[in-house]
Amino acid sequence: MSSQMVPTPSQPIVFMEHIQKTYWMGQQAFPALRDVSLSVAAGEYVAIIGPSGSGKSTTMHIMGCLDTPSAGLYQLDGYDVSKLSDDDLALLRNQKIGFVFQSFNLLSRTSAIENVELPMLYAGVPAKVRHQRAQDALVQVGLESRMHHKPNELSGGQQQRVAIARALVTHPALILADEPTGALDSQSTEEIMGLFQNLHDQGNAIVMVTHELDVAHHAHRIISFKDGVVQSDVPNPDFLRRPAPAAQQLEGGGY
Amino acid sequence: MPGIEILRIALRSIRANKMRSLLTMLGIIIGVSAVILLTAVGRGATDMVTSKVESLGTNLIQVMSSSTSVGGVSKGQGSAPTLTMADVQAIAQQDTAVKAVAPLISTQGQVVWRANNYSTSVQGTTTNYPEIENMPLGSGRNFTNQEVKNNATVAIIGTTVETDLFPAGMNPLGQIIDVNGIPFSVIGVLKAVGTNGFVNEDDRIVIPVTTDMNLLDGTTYLTGIYAAAKSPADMAMAEAEITSTLRVANQILPGQANNFTLLNSASFLSTLTSITGILTDLLAGVAGISLVVGGIGIMNIMLVSVTERTREIGIRKAIGASKGLILAQFVVEAVLVSVIGGIIGVVIGVLGALAGGSIFHLSGLVGMNAVFLAFGFAVVVGVVFGVYPARKAANLNPIDALRFE
Repeated sequence: MSSQMVPTPSQPIVFMEHIQKTYWMGQQAFPALRDVSLSVAAGEYVAIIGPSGSGKSTTMHIMGCLDTPSAGLYQLDGYDVSKLSDDDLALLRNQKIGFVFQSFNLLSRTSAIENVELPMLYAGVPAKVRHQRAQDALVQVGLESRMHHKPNELSGGQQQRVAIARALVTHPALILADEPTGALDSQSTEEIMGLFQNLHDQGNAIVMVTHELDVAHHAHRIISFKDGVVQSDVPNPDFLRRPAPAAQQLEGGGY
Repeated sequence: MPGIEILRIALRSIRANKMRSLLTMLGIIIGVSAVILLTAVGRGATDMVTSKVESLGTNLIQVMSSSTSVGGVSKGQGSAPTLTMADVQAIAQQDTAVKAVAPLISTQGQVVWRANNYSTSVQGTTTNYPEIENMPLGSGRNFTNQEVKNNATVAIIGTTVETDLFPAGMNPLGQIIDVNGIPFSVIGVLKAVGTNGFVNEDDRIVIPVTTDMNLLDGTTYLTGIYAAAKSPADMAMAEAEITSTLRVANQILPGQANNFTLLNSASFLSTLTSITGILTDLLAGVAGISLVVGGIGIMNIMLVSVTERTREIGIRKAIGASKGLILAQFVVEAVLVSVIGGIIGVVIGVLGALAGGSIFHLSGLVGMNAVFLAFGFAVVVGVVFGVYPARKAANLNPIDALRFE
């Protein structure tokens, strides 16, 4: 990592101010995000919830530099993404972010360990180091016995563990999870949520988009989206062992 | 990312789709092997024609009488009979650069042995003709000067005539054959030499020129005179001597055109090789077209591959692959396909040329420049037709690519 990329502790990792995102279908505008301002500090564990079309996925894509905002300011670990080229964004994704997707998004016909090595390959990590770190990451997610299996030889939960290993192997500033348990049964969901808890305990910042409230309740802070704006942004009451006005509010929200 | 990793990714992708990769390579394989094979055949043909013509003797000079024209229409060389035995004797006596000279009367004749009937070329000449025309005897003997003087009814036959007239295994020497109704005894058989590219040289019988003139054709004129220069270096000298001897013998005044034409094997050879050279280029050009078609096949498959692997591209971009790396990955894949196809094509082309050469009795000459040209062209085709799909892949928006189903 170049020296200018060293994060300043005082800065939040994610800093969004008046973000707008509008999709155009011919002449007609579809505002996906109207006005979103939020920030995520280092080590935070945040869940983003909301019905489909509320803008939570769009927010996550912008946060992950997969998409760019139409207006507003977004700084990722101090970098203003609107000023960066496509290749700079690729570099930023590679070095700052670990993605975990609902559909796993592993390369097919490619073994677990090679999938985990891939981001380090693009980062130019030497083969030996790469292999060792990928191995360590797979051990960390409990897949030491299935490192050379291909995705189609692994269960959904195991595939998601590979994806998590791939996300954490670069020691990113931020782990973004988009419905990470959406395709999993309840037992696998518990295991994956346990892994995220471990990652959080090790000090990783996690932002997770989900529509499942029990999943969201693993986080420390819950941001609720509706119609392209932040509806609420509160600490998780369960987690803070308080009476739960926010939770009631969420449940009343009709999810 | 180091180049070796890009190469590995491309190789894995080719291996993962073996059948598709092979079908993609097929165009290149056919193109490359066709270029090598066809140029080899072309070169082999050129070589064969050259060696046949050279086997006639590089110091051979043919004299043909000039053409007459009837009503403005040329009747072709030899149609105006002017050359005689006197001309042959004059050349033999006066021209120092000429090693040997022989007359030739060439007609078509009917040859009969018992119930077998065969039409062939009857050539009347003297004893030194077989030597001049590089026409060795396989068995028997040449006729003698005495036999030429005496209008002897003796014949030397070619192997084609032998097999057509006589049953297999029978010795034709001493047999009596009828040539246009006159009986001749067979005294020799020519060694088989095959075709010279146009004419089957084994399909003829050779008899004394006097016998031909006096008993068969009743003519005193020759179809042509064959002369051999002392060495290839003496060709120009010999031609000049023959020309002046014939002008004097035929009483041609200064300023008048010759009533005969001189041909030598060198000019004949250069005409032939230029024809076969054009044919070779033509064949290579046709094969080259198939290389381009093969390249379009690569582009087609690579475009399909980009669409099919949109998600893969999205994943790679999401975890940090730059445009350049995606571009490199797909270009390298296309080039690898064409390089592997090119190598297979070279192997098939070379083996095919060798096999084809032995089947068609051509020396299948594989030109190294044809190999390099075909292979190089295949690689260029891979790059050119690989770049467009690769650019398409590299310019995909990561989020659109990830969402692609």
